Amino acid sequence: MSLYKAETRRLVKRRFTRFFVLLTVLVLGLVAAGVAYSNEKVTPASLQAAQARADSSFAEDTKSAERDRADCATNPSRYGGDCDNLWTPSKDDYQAANYLTSQFDFRDSFPAMLITLAALLALVAFVIGASFVGAEWNSGGMMNLLLWRPQRVRVLSTKLAALLVSLTGLTVVVGAAWTGLFWLIANLRGTTERMTSGVWQSIGLMGLRGLALVLVAGAIGFAVASIGRHTAAALGAAIGVIVVFQFGLAIVLELARARFYEAYLLPAWFVAWMFKSYEVYDTYGPCEYSATDGCTPASFTITWQLSGSVVAGLTIIIVGAAMWTMRKRDIT
Amino acid sequence: MTAVLEISGLRKTYRSRKGVRKALDGFDMVVEAGQVHGFLGPNGSGKTTTLRTLLGLIKPNDGRMAILGREVPRLLPEVAGQVGAIVESPQFFGNFTAETTLSLLADAGGVNPHRVPAVLELVGLRDRSKERVKTYSLGMKQRLAVASALLKEPKLLILDEPANGLDPGGIREMRTLMRTLSESGMTVLLSSHILGEIQLICDSVTIIAAGRRVTSGSVSSVLATHASATVKVRLEPGVDLAGAAAVLRAAGAAVTLEKDHFTVGNASNPAQITKLLAEKQIYVAELTPVSADLEDVFLELTGTAPVDGANRQVDQVAATTTQGGWGQ
Repeated sequence: MSLYKAETRRLVKRRFTRFFVLLTVLVLGLVAAGVAYSNEKVTPASLQAAQARADSSFAEDTKSAERDRADCATNPSRYGGDCDNLWTPSKDDYQAANYLTSQFDFRDSFPAMLITLAALLALVAFVIGASFVGAEWNSGGMMNLLLWRPQRVRVLSTKLAALLVSLTGLTVVVGAAWTGLFWLIANLRGTTERMTSGVWQSIGLMGLRGLALVLVAGAIGFAVASIGRHTAAALGAAIGVIVVFQFGLAIVLELARARFYEAYLLPAWFVAWMFKSYEVYDTYGPCEYSATDGCTPASFTITWQLSGSVVAGLTIIIVGAAMWTMRKRDIT
Repeated sequence: MTAVLEISGLRKTYRSRKGVRKALDGFDMVVEAGQVHGFLGPNGSGKTTTLRTLLGLIKPNDGRMAILGREVPRLLPEVAGQVGAIVESPQFFGNFTAETTLSLLADAGGVNPHRVPAVLELVGLRDRSKERVKTYSLGMKQRLAVASALLKEPKLLILDEPANGLDPGGIREMRTLMRTLSESGMTVLLSSHILGEIQLICDSVTIIAAGRRVTSGSVSSVLATHASATVKVRLEPGVDLAGAAAVLRAAGAAVTLEKDHFTVGNASNPAQITKLLAEKQIYVAELTPVSADLEDVFLELTGTAPVDGANRQVDQVAATTTQGGWGQ
């Protein structure tokens, strides 16, 4: 317990951790401010103003259409020779809703905000996790610690536990604040209508999947930096994965006209995890005939369970490798 | 006396594409309780590998090690609380203060945090304890490293080059500290290249070269065993020194002429000097052995004495000097 306490203190006291958490809060604040600024609550007055703008546009466009029709009668070639088919504005095309500033609908829009939060926190968790152990290896702090607690796997797993528990705390607190902030924005600049218990449950489950994503990112960053014994090892690996396995692989697979090529790329698995499923289409394969839909490309559904199992397996392998190298390799 | 530290037949081999290198080749060492034991060896001889292996940082290929009667590395967690150590240069996270660094170590090791100000006071860092470690000089980091090793109130203190980076005053303070700790019953294993310091501080020494122990024992016994075969010869005033030297050289002596005396470097039987000179009516006024210091013994045993015009490489060890000499 004393080691766990010391490692939690070490993590929280690090300037790098504090700086990144502060930066995250700042970025999240900017996102929330942007959303608040670009939305507006619908009131009878704003509805009336929008209706006035719609009516004005309709009147202007009707006049313009009449002018064009008259012009067409004298010079039909300018209008393709067919004056009967010139477009005539219809009142139905000028709805007040189209002239309203969008309002923040909590039920429809908050899931996207939750995914933004999860993605940002996952990135921060990866960097903090990598730095937490990488800087220790690099500065010699790990060796110092092992002189005090010569139980390598225990030391590394306690460090990882301290990281994951701290990340859980951070995610829960920031997640709660994020939800509260957008609830406030929805009240002031939008609507909180149609929020049933089922919707709250769905948001809660999405939040839990987001938390899992943050923890996995933190654990992978930590493990890769520990294997490489340097923070840069994890950051380099992350850049390598993005460049090689995302951009590079995506281009190669497209050129090779690979079937279900999206299934080889990380974003599909990320979206499947957060949105519960993701449909991958076989755009380069033979189509599937259907009497109702005709010839449609074959598809493959990545479920959140499948995505979760694959990512969990990968995480166990990487963390296991970090523990194995910790146990086996000399510390020089 | 009880052995606090025992090493026997320790082997460590590093394999790389360039081949196999034996860092430790059957190394043995014993450190008795309450002693300050010097651990000497040239660069690359295996000192740090020995200490790292002992502290569980490196896995040996073979051999037996025990600290405070417990076999290590298997039972190292049981005795780690009684062993304070610094290995090589002090390494700390630069953005933490000295106080935070020690407080985190105290937390990790389950040590009473009240020890932190006490050890900072002991090593002279009390007034700078709230400054970031990255602002410290090498000597201050070294003091912090010693403080971290003392935090546990260890029974065995292992210090690798503790005087590295210290100013002369700091070296003297460190020497006094070692002595005080030893008098309080703590056993200190001290690795250093400052042989004069080792000779002043240590009760016993082990010298390692090329991964093997070349000698060990109390400082006095090591010096006695490897006493110099050089003698200083002073003649009566007015006697021709050069003539006397020529007589001895003709008999095979290695004579070095000085201003008012000469030395014979390979005089294993000094009586031969008086006999040969007396036969030529030259009488010796003074014949004294030139005593060896630890540096001489070290250079002789490790084969690392500099040779004029040669650049010795790190792993290069000269052939051991043959025993015996002229006059036997």
